[in-house]
Amino acid sequence: MGVKVIIPTPLRGYAGKRDSTEVKATTVGEALRRLTTEFSDLRKHLFTDDGKLRSFVNVYVNDEDIRYLAKENTPTKDGDTISIVPSIAGGSAFCCSRRA
Amino acid sequence: MATAATLQMSAEIAQNIREQGAQGYPNECCGALLGRDTDGSSATTTGGALSLPVREIVALFPLVNRRDDSPRNRFSVTAEDVGDSERAAQEKGLDVVGWYHSHPDHPARPSQYDREHAWPWYSYIIVSVANGKPQEMTSWRLSDDRSEYACEEIAIRDRASK
Repeated sequence: MGVKVIIPTPLRGYAGKRDSTEVKATTVGEALRRLTTEFSDLRKHLFTDDGKLRSFVNVYVNDEDIRYLAKENTPTKDGDTISIVPSIAGGSAFCCSRRA
Repeated sequence: MATAATLQMSAEIAQNIREQGAQGYPNECCGALLGRDTDGSSATTTGGALSLPVREIVALFPLVNRRDDSPRNRFSVTAEDVGDSERAAQEKGLDVVGWYHSHPDHPARPSQYDREHAWPWYSYIIVSVANGKPQEMTSWRLSDDRSEYACEEIAIRDRASK
């Protein structure tokens, strides 16, 4: 038994169509590293180019937001569930040309 | 990179998005697109981003724009709002397949900010609202490598599917 990682709908196509996977990890950061090692296409959607978790990626350990715990150093143990939950943002000040 | 997709919706749903854009003016409106990919499979069983050519919007789930500090040119949907949207979709046997928002007094084109904050796979509808009146409506999907948005065709049907 390891740590269960719930993969959000928009990212399942980059994780072998799975809605969850299991990893061995003692922290959230280690779990996410293992996840993105197994499914490397996930990395760019979860992390910025300098390796920071993107601002609109929310991570919970057993329903507790890691921002209010120890962030990526939040400890995990076998049987825990890590949920990756999107938040959505955007706005005007356009820049991009149409691409069909 | 997959081919550009088509987004289907009824005239009623399209009008509803436009009206929400007008009602929200001069602020940005936002909400979830509830629907399905039209081969009958759900998001939990289908393939990667942009893998299906046709997506059907069946219902909307309007949300409060959480960006109190800059609602005229930004919108925000919290993780809790996303959860509420997913539960609303599940109750209808649907998935959250995307999001919509308005661009008050700006074209219906994604901004750099839109692209930087986008998720793959979701459809992102933008409706332009000029002086309170809804204008062009477009839909976009983020490319697999996050480098660009692909414009997807919006196909308006006479009636919503049940």
